[in-house]
Amino acid sequence: MKEVILVKLGEVVLKGLNRHAFEEILRKNIRRRIGRLGGFDVREAQSTIYISPQGGADLDDAAERISKIFGIAAYSRACEVEKDLSAICAGAEDYLRKPLSTVSTFKVECKRSDKKFPLKSPEICAQVGQYLLDHFPNLRVDVNHPDYTVRVEVRDFAAYVHGDALRGAGGIPVGTGGKAAVLISGGIDSPVAAWMMARRGVELTAVHFASPPYTSERAEQKAADLLRKVGEYAGRMTMFTVPFTRIQEEIRAKCPEEYFTVIMRRFMMRAAEKIARGEGCGALITGESLGQVASQTLQAIVCTDKAASMPVFRPLIGMDKVDIIALARRIGTYDLSILPYEDCCTVFTPKHPRTRPLPKFIEKAEEALDTDGLVEDCVSRVKVTKIEPNR
Amino acid sequence: MAEIYFDNSSTTRVCREAAEKVMEVMTEEYGNPSSLHTKGFRAEQEMSAARESVAQALGAEPGEITFTSGGTESNNIALFGAARARRKRGRRIVTTAIEHPSVLNTVARLEQEGFEVIRLQPDCAGKIAPEQFREAVTPDTILVSVMRVNNEVGSIQPVEAAADAIEAAKAPALLHVDAVQAFGKLRLRPRRMRADLMSVSGHKIHAPKGVGALYIRSGVHIEPLTYGGGQERDMRPGTESVPLIAGLGAAVRALPEPEAELARMRELNGFLRRELSKIPGVCFNSPDDALPYILNLSAGGVRAETMLHFLSEKGIYVSSGSACSKGRESYVLRAMGLPKDRIGSALRLSFSRFNTKEEAETFVRALKNGLASLVKRPF
Repeated sequence: MKEVILVKLGEVVLKGLNRHAFEEILRKNIRRRIGRLGGFDVREAQSTIYISPQGGADLDDAAERISKIFGIAAYSRACEVEKDLSAICAGAEDYLRKPLSTVSTFKVECKRSDKKFPLKSPEICAQVGQYLLDHFPNLRVDVNHPDYTVRVEVRDFAAYVHGDALRGAGGIPVGTGGKAAVLISGGIDSPVAAWMMARRGVELTAVHFASPPYTSERAEQKAADLLRKVGEYAGRMTMFTVPFTRIQEEIRAKCPEEYFTVIMRRFMMRAAEKIARGEGCGALITGESLGQVASQTLQAIVCTDKAASMPVFRPLIGMDKVDIIALARRIGTYDLSILPYEDCCTVFTPKHPRTRPLPKFIEKAEEALDTDGLVEDCVSRVKVTKIEPNR
Repeated sequence: MAEIYFDNSSTTRVCREAAEKVMEVMTEEYGNPSSLHTKGFRAEQEMSAARESVAQALGAEPGEITFTSGGTESNNIALFGAARARRKRGRRIVTTAIEHPSVLNTVARLEQEGFEVIRLQPDCAGKIAPEQFREAVTPDTILVSVMRVNNEVGSIQPVEAAADAIEAAKAPALLHVDAVQAFGKLRLRPRRMRADLMSVSGHKIHAPKGVGALYIRSGVHIEPLTYGGGQERDMRPGTESVPLIAGLGAAVRALPEPEAELARMRELNGFLRRELSKIPGVCFNSPDDALPYILNLSAGGVRAETMLHFLSEKGIYVSSGSACSKGRESYVLRAMGLPKDRIGSALRLSFSRFNTKEEAETFVRALKNGLASLVKRPF
């Protein structure tokens, strides 16, 4: 018995004339993610991608990875059999023995895309159903609310038997939505923001700000670990670590304390944008959520935004913390995020930050600084790390 | 950049003698000590030599030494083993609030199992007063566990008072001494100290990580935690880690005479105290009579973590008295009643025989630079 994975495309199928380009990228992403697990044949026909292991490649690992590839609405593990009714029946009995022996009601659904197959779908359903009733005495048919649905697909080159499809990661394939640079700290929010944009097809580059000796090498390692986790969905990326201490010390020495955080964030935007342009990115991504902290009030975000000329994507802007945390848990970044290393955002935090800063005062305060020179300096000392997904 | 390693109470560099021994045993005497053939016999001889060395360092009999994976395991075997062996004779356990987590968390577990745990509080010098033991030890006390030297501030605890208290109360208590920070640094004589159990660790004395020992006074019965093929007289079964154990033996043999080395350490520590006390904002958290191998100090309002990273960039490795951010400040310094800013900026320097006065001079300069350049923050 041969087991395969059938992948059902998500939103991709709604695309018009570009559809082929989207599918091509999705197939490439799938090949890249499961390639190292051994030999797999990945091909597409009739709006479905077929993944069949060659030799001893492990389908469990492949399925785990498939569940994290954007652009896939659903996937099923199925048994591939000959297009012959007795083979289909035997395949169903054998392959679905475990689930079928633990439930009490079932039904059979069939899709026959090969119209040359001698039986029509309802006939296939009836015959397979009867066969299973004969072989599993525990089963009754319930076509309205079955405990389990056996699905038979008769396609061009083979027939497939499987149970309910599993939910895929959704979204659209990474690489179809351009490239953007995410500002990654070490907190809960920024990895979630990165993940959300990757789900919309955006390829990621990451910018991390380090403030040694106020932050440790472990904080930087934590950012890299978070990106590796996000990379299980978003694929490989590059992390740029920007040495930020000098800028923070300058701001602290020359600007009013209450504006410290907003001015610092403006510098982050400038430095990130400079790196993003060099990498061919079209936008920045941040994990800001309105009202979460003093620097994320509407007025503060207005001030921060003015420092960037690229669009800044803030996918979490309207989300509650609990929802962000729930997503972080789903992605698997939460447990890493809560490790207690000081990150650059908490260094030098003013006691009473201004929650409604005005751009004109901020700009006035920044006149004391050599803005371009400072940005130029920190970007020139940037450290580049290649991020390969964990698994 | 020459590195200066002042974090020897965390762990130490493996000395050449131990490293060579480990390599030799791994590649040549790799037999299983339980095997009957010559290869096994030679491995057993390596074990015996190491046991002899550790026993000698403790003034004990070789049969009183059980090898373990380190201080934590020694403490676990000692505490669980003693409490379970004596549970029918009483339910009180006396220890201190400033023990190592491998003691504190173990007695907390025993507390859940129904034992009554008394945790003695230290004074502001990090010491337990002798009379506290007298008051705490009752006739139904079955175990007293006290560290010889505190790992954070180096204060020396009055173990003798604990032994006196047990005798005075005629308690059926075993006395366990966690000597991990004292081993190789003070002359330890568990028998004279009237300790029934004593934990020591290899990697604090230039042996590899993953090996330690538990002294169990002959005639004392405790229950094992694990069961297996009978190794270590059933106290710690499992095929012995012969290379690491032999390495521990070699490291012990390479130790200098404790008294001579202690005098050298007093000099190094005294030099640092003199120089550092000239810097405004620096104060010492280690008492004057602490073991000179450890010097805990607070550096004027600069967060310990920040100063630690600043020094680390210069190749100087120390430990922060308070681990990481908020809520994880040192429970030892807190128990000593130190104010928040002192706890938050506490650094622990800990020395080994490989440290020099020149290194101490470099450290003083670096700390001065750090205090001048780093931003001070409220705690």
